[in-house]
Amino acid sequence: MGQTHSNLNAAFAALADPTRRAILARLASGEATVTELARPFEMTQPAISQHLRVLEEAGLIVTRVEGTKRPRRLAKAGVEAMDQWLAMLRKGLERNYDRLDRVLAAMESNKRGEKR
Amino acid sequence: MSKMTLKTEGETHVVVTRRFAASPEAVYRAHTDPKLIQQWLLGPEGWTMPVCINDARPGGKIRYEWKNGKGNGFHVTGEYLELQPHSRIVHVERMHLPDPTPDNHIETRFDADGAGTLMTMRMTLPDAQTRAAMLATGMERGMEASYVRLENML
Repeated sequence: MGQTHSNLNAAFAALADPTRRAILARLASGEATVTELARPFEMTQPAISQHLRVLEEAGLIVTRVEGTKRPRRLAKAGVEAMDQWLAMLRKGLERNYDRLDRVLAAMESNKRGEKR
Repeated sequence: MSKMTLKTEGETHVVVTRRFAASPEAVYRAHTDPKLIQQWLLGPEGWTMPVCINDARPGGKIRYEWKNGKGNGFHVTGEYLELQPHSRIVHVERMHLPDPTPDNHIETRFDADGAGTLMTMRMTLPDAQTRAAMLATGMERGMEASYVRLENML
């Protein structure tokens, strides 16, 4: 199933909200019901359901029907979106450590300067 | 070639490793001297850390305040639990957004690795949900860079 351009935009828009990213990150460690997803956030179930609808329309999660329960899990696109997000976190942190490399190099040359 | 790794481990951990071309003593100093921390622990371009309190002794306080010069800012507070110069630091920290997030317990090791240092930072969050929320806000320890980048992409 090829992703259309509008699907891709919907996925980015869905990811722009930290609550929705947190829901995806939570689903990355396994299926969960709306009640379970609502618990860590100080939000009502309707508010969480609204976020879930955005995520589902963006093709990032899917709903399974099990009796009266409707557990959600990550769709393949959701797994990929989380991987991309983690890659971006990695880049942000790398930037700090690249700066630290330069700080360490400056410390080393100062030390040499003092000994001279 | 990426020198850094960032991985989740089990339900509640995040582990970051990074190699540096400097001695464990120097890398340890860069993590505990406020004047040095202010030069690198900054996150995205344009952000600064005008306040850096880092009392590197057991029970000592940590307070980092970041600003972007456009009216946005946030801060982290924490306390040191254990310090073994120049090999190991254990501390707790929390973000204020403005409500405090649950404590992130962090062990940072500095091991000699050839002529350099292998740093291993192991974060432990209280539960899987808190870890998910931390990764999702992306703001812990300067990771906010990526969040800003995502916003710019939209």
